[in-house]
Amino acid sequence: MVVNITGASDYILPFIAALIVGFGLFKKVPVFECFIEGAKGGLQTVYNLVPAIIALTLGVGMLSASGAFMILGRLFRPLTSLLGIPPEVLPLCLISPISGSGSITVFENILKAYGADSFPGRVASVISGSTETTFYAVTVYYGAAEVKKTRHTIPAALAGDLASFVLSGVFVRLFFGN
Amino acid sequence: MFAFISAVFTKNMGALSTGIIGSGAAAVTLLLKLLGMLCLWGGLMNIAEKSGLTDKVRLMLSPVLRLLFPGSSKDSPAMRAVSMNITANLLGLGNAATPFGMEAMKRLKGENHGSLAPSNNMALFVVLNTAALRIVPTTAAVLREAAGAAKPMDILPAVWLSSFCSLAVGIVTAKILEKNL
Repeated sequence: MVVNITGASDYILPFIAALIVGFGLFKKVPVFECFIEGAKGGLQTVYNLVPAIIALTLGVGMLSASGAFMILGRLFRPLTSLLGIPPEVLPLCLISPISGSGSITVFENILKAYGADSFPGRVASVISGSTETTFYAVTVYYGAAEVKKTRHTIPAALAGDLASFVLSGVFVRLFFGN
Repeated sequence: MFAFISAVFTKNMGALSTGIIGSGAAAVTLLLKLLGMLCLWGGLMNIAEKSGLTDKVRLMLSPVLRLLFPGSSKDSPAMRAVSMNITANLLGLGNAATPFGMEAMKRLKGENHGSLAPSNNMALFVVLNTAALRIVPTTAAVLREAAGAAKPMDILPAVWLSSFCSLAVGIVTAKILEKNL
């Protein structure tokens, strides 16, 4: 069964953008100046990403060209097929809790290899849209609070990640078929 | 290393050396693709913040937060920081979310009498931040666009459902485990 509400998604982004700018104009905010100032923040984010992305592209490029990902995928195949996760997105599942820039790189690799509108491409898109870098967040926030123990944080966070891997497969099948 | 050994086994050494040469250029292309969208979105979100739209979102969230974080009063400095962090996350303002989150953790630790083990509320707050709370998955969309997706945003409903459900799984797991750990 394929649920056809994807047409509506065409409207979402333009609507949000128009809403934000419209509300800004209504409140008499200097819209253009604010935009420029905020866009600088985006530039800063990318600037911070540059060295990591270059290093990781090399690493991920080597791993996928050498066939290492295929070997890993084959090793985990029984597990992934049990959970309904396409084996092609397994590298993304493994890296996404650990490294944000790493998962961007792996994600782009999957899109390039299988196509953005293929089944693995879509599942990878949903996974990368619906997960965060778990260990990074744990480190940053407990570090800030200077708390040494984490108690049940990591098991709960990883349960959420696993759920998102499995559900991404489920929802892509539901919305787009196989 | 692992890549090298795998290449020996799979006889892909030729592809591997081409991969190394191409990767620098590929990295720069990837960064350029990200740059445009992140700047655009950063600009839009700054307007949302200055116009008070983010405050409105925060008000809408407060009943949910009261349910999730028992024992912290709604107007306490800790809960204010928590709700600012979650609002920033929802709107995709990662850079703004992190400082609020750190602030929230420090305040929650204060409410926990400075203990070295996190309180239930602190753990839950971190779990919320490890799940993707965002309305528009900007990075995923821009990379899909670049890879030639017909409609880069057609994944939105699936992303929302998937992140909502996985967030629920994270919260429920945290609430169950907090009694035993």
